[in-house]
Amino acid sequence: MTNYMTLRVKAVPINESFVRGVVAGFTVPCDPTIDVINDVRTAVSEAVTNCVVHAYSGSGEGDILIEGVLNDNLLTISVSDYGKGIDNVEKAMEDFFTTKESEERSGLGFTIMKSFMDSLKVVSEKGAGTTVTMTKKLTDVEH
Amino acid sequence: MKVSTKLNRDELHIYLDGELDHSVAEEIRTQIDDYIEKNAPTKVILEMGKLKFMDSTGIGFILGRYKKLRSKHIPMFIGSPNPQIDKVIKISGLYSIIPLLR
Ligand SMILES: Nc1ncnc2c1ncn2[C@@H]1O[C@H](COP(=O)(O)OP(=O)(O)OP(=O)(O)O)[C@@H](O)[C@H]1O
Ligand SMILES: [Mg+2]
Repeated sequence: MTNYMTLRVKAVPINESFVRGVVAGFTVPCDPTIDVINDVRTAVSEAVTNCVVHAYSGSGEGDILIEGVLNDNLLTISVSDYGKGIDNVEKAMEDFFTTKESEERSGLGFTIMKSFMDSLKVVSEKGAGTTVTMTKKLTDVEH
Repeated sequence: MKVSTKLNRDELHIYLDGELDHSVAEEIRTQIDDYIEKNAPTKVILEMGKLKFMDSTGIGFILGRYKKLRSKHIPMFIGSPNPQIDKVIKISGLYSIIPLLR
C-alpha cells in the first residue's frame, strides 16, 4: 500500500478530533489492529493539540499542516505549525516538562508521542514554527 | 462530551461519555468542580466506561481534580477505562495516587 495525504487546518480546538480521525482513517487500508490505530490517533492528537495550545497560544490564528505517507506498512506523519517555536527542544521533550502548568498541563505530550510511535523527531525554530515527524510500522506483515 | 453524576450514599460517581481532549476539558472542568462543591462527597469515582478517547490533556484534567480533592481529604478513583485510555494513564503513573476501582 502506497499513499499520501496533505491536510491544512485552522489551529482551533475542534480540529484536534477532526485531524486524529482523518489520520486514523488514512491508516485503515493497511489493516492495522485497533491498538495500533489508537496509538496513531493518540500521538496525532498530542501533536495537533500542542500546535493549538502552544504554537499559537490558543489564539486560533494560524495554520496546522498535516502530511501523511504510507509506504508499504510504514506510516510517516508530520505535523507542522508556523507559530512561536520551541526554546529548547531537548528540554521540552523531557517527561513532565511543561510551560503551561497553570493550565493543568502534565507535560506528557511528547512522552506519549515517543512511546506510542516507533520514532519521533522534532525540528523547531524560534518565531518560525515547529515540525513534529513520527513514524510507525502499522503491521508486521509486508503488504 | 457528556457528563452525568450519581450520588450513592456519599460516593459521587462522575460518568464521562465521549472524548476527553483539550477542546472539551475547560467546559467539563467547571461542571465537575461544581458537582463536587455542591455534593460534598466522601469519595469520588471517575467512571470511564463510556469514555472513548483521552490524551495528555485528560491526565492534566484528572490531576487537577485530584489536587482539589486532596486538599479536602477526599479520595479519588478511576473506573472502567478502555485500553487506549488505560495505556495513557499508565504512562503518566497516575494509578499510584488515583487507583483503578475493580
Ligand atoms: N508546537 C509547539 N510550539 C511551541 N511550543 C511547543 C509545541 N509543542 C510543544 N511545545 C512546548 O513543549 C512543552 C512540552 O510539550 P508536551 O506536549 O510534552 O507537554 P504539554 O503540552 O505542556 O502538556 P500536555 O501535553 O501533557 O498537556 C510545552 O509545554 C511547550 O512549551
Ligand atoms: Mg502537549
